[in-house]
Amino acid sequence: MTTTKSQPSQARRERFARLGQYALHTVLVIFFLFPLLFLFVSALKGDELQLLKDMGSLNAFVPYGDISLKNFSHVISGSNFKTAFFNSLLTVSLTVILGVLINSMLAYALARFKFKGRDFLLSVIVALIIIPFEAIAVPLLLLVNELPWVNGEIGWLDSYHVQIIPFIAHAFSIYLFYQFFIALPKDLEEAALMDGANRLRIYWSIVMPLSKPVIATVAVLQFLSRWGDLLWPVMAVRGDTFATLPLAMQSFFGQYPRHWGDVMAFAAMATLPTLMIFVIFQRWFVRSAVSSGIKG
Amino acid sequence: MASVTMRNIRKVYDNTVEVIKGVDLEVQDGEFMVFVGPSGCGKSTMMRMIAGLEDITDGELLIGDRVANDLPPVDRGVAMVFQSYALYPHMTVAENMGFGLKLAGSSKAEIAEIVGKAAEILHITNLLDRRPKALSGGQRQRVAIGRAIVRKPGVFLFDEPLSNLDANLRVQMRVELTKLHKELGSTMIYVTHDQTEAMTMGDRIAVFNRGIVEQVGPPMELYHNPVNTFVAEFLGSPKMNLLPIKWTRNGDEACIEVGGCTIPWNGNGHGPLGSVSDDLLLGVRPEHFDVFDSGDTNGSIAAKVEVAERLGDIVLLYLKVPGIEQTLAVKVPEEGHLWQRGATVTLRPRDKTAMLFTKAGPRVS
Repeated sequence: MTTTKSQPSQARRERFARLGQYALHTVLVIFFLFPLLFLFVSALKGDELQLLKDMGSLNAFVPYGDISLKNFSHVISGSNFKTAFFNSLLTVSLTVILGVLINSMLAYALARFKFKGRDFLLSVIVALIIIPFEAIAVPLLLLVNELPWVNGEIGWLDSYHVQIIPFIAHAFSIYLFYQFFIALPKDLEEAALMDGANRLRIYWSIVMPLSKPVIATVAVLQFLSRWGDLLWPVMAVRGDTFATLPLAMQSFFGQYPRHWGDVMAFAAMATLPTLMIFVIFQRWFVRSAVSSGIKG
Repeated sequence: MASVTMRNIRKVYDNTVEVIKGVDLEVQDGEFMVFVGPSGCGKSTMMRMIAGLEDITDGELLIGDRVANDLPPVDRGVAMVFQSYALYPHMTVAENMGFGLKLAGSSKAEIAEIVGKAAEILHITNLLDRRPKALSGGQRQRVAIGRAIVRKPGVFLFDEPLSNLDANLRVQMRVELTKLHKELGSTMIYVTHDQTEAMTMGDRIAVFNRGIVEQVGPPMELYHNPVNTFVAEFLGSPKMNLLPIKWTRNGDEACIEVGGCTIPWNGNGHGPLGSVSDDLLLGVRPEHFDVFDSGDTNGSIAAKVEVAERLGDIVLLYLKVPGIEQTLAVKVPEEGHLWQRGATVTLRPRDKTAMLFTKAGPRVS
């Protein structure tokens, strides 16, 4: 008797719990999706007056009226967007690729080699994670201003490499790789040693192919942080030649008269690669974020 | 093929923990040698030193006639099969098996041919395109062995390769490994803590204990003539019964007192009476007792049945002897006897089967 009575009430409780869960998910989706919706819808609205009028109401989220790609063509033809996009793509891609290689190599050495000062080095890397970039930005600027480059010039300012090299080594990425590598079974590497592989070969042929989740996580994290960075380009880059998207957008945003439709189109095009990268790597990223215990 | 010679090999970790305390051992060319011992006895460390995965602290290791102490693993001419199989998860079976050959610079055609032959020997030709995650435990084991075979090593090293398999598969693989040894004729060193594997597979067994080799020899020699209580107890299931005894004399006959009963030593009454002290243990294997229902305890040991385990062909009796703390294990053939709990029986060790050990461990000859 007790069982038959308790069954419906338990089912009801479960249904309520599930409804609550869906409600929470819906609120979160609205919270994260609506700004994007606002951005893309506004970018498509060709009529500037209508766009400004809609901003105070829910119409801001509704694509109606003069819907076109006019704003996008304005941005492409009338701004530094193409150069900035290329600069962003180049600097961020190189930073991410070199970052994955170099950070993983250091992490592998920390995880597998025995050498003097290893524990100290690891502690320093962990300590570096908590230091915000803002704290080292000025000393870094002074440093890069004094550094020589291969052509003999002193000072790296206003260049591609000033936006790449300082960001290749990344303490949090090293830590993520380290955590992943120490959990990899040593037997696999020993089997490869028996097969005649040297350490570099083991790293390249055994360890890296098994590290796709953490590579994706590091790539996405580094991509996001570099793609959206404004502070360092503002400090280290002058003029349009080496400006990345955030810097170009800031200049574009500062032009008068300000066209919100164009600003939104610029922002939408700058956001698209980030969204694409996240969607492509989402599966690995989530898996690795869960396994390494990091929070999104 | 190659012999393996260990001369006073020592392994010390962090200058403090001595895991291998001077091992002298020779594995002959083409021999199947089993390293057996309990967990932490140093058998796997010894194998890893032979493989080149651990440094040798002291002593000399010869593989063939070359000193191998400082040779990298790949130059030692050894191949190892790991307990976890250690198959590369992102490679197919064929790629796993051919990885070593690829590193050695063999051509694709050469690799395909050698891998194909090894796959035929191990009956895994149909699995060559699969990834390890799509294989069963037994199949993974075969691939791991295949990976070792293709390198045509002088010495095969097996580190507890069957311990992750279920009981049936373990028996099957045991037989297949023995057959493989016969087919290839290679030197094989096999580490296990399972005494059944050691007894059934090895040409010789080296029993490891706390970093030393207690005894080396053919399985049956170790079984019948253990040099100490450790070897005596380690080999055989259930383990050998070791009963505290006292020497006594009945006229000219040497006798032993055990559990309040006096029995003639080894049946004939002659023994090393004068040469040994009273501080002794009588070692009798479970199958070397004759068990009688009851009757005269003169010349026999009286005991009570505690548990009878019926295994189909045999019955394992666990018996209590008055005055002796430990339980005796006795193996008798299944003949339909009831063996009721609490029933009194008498035991007599068969002639010339019992052994004497000092309480410190060594056997008394």
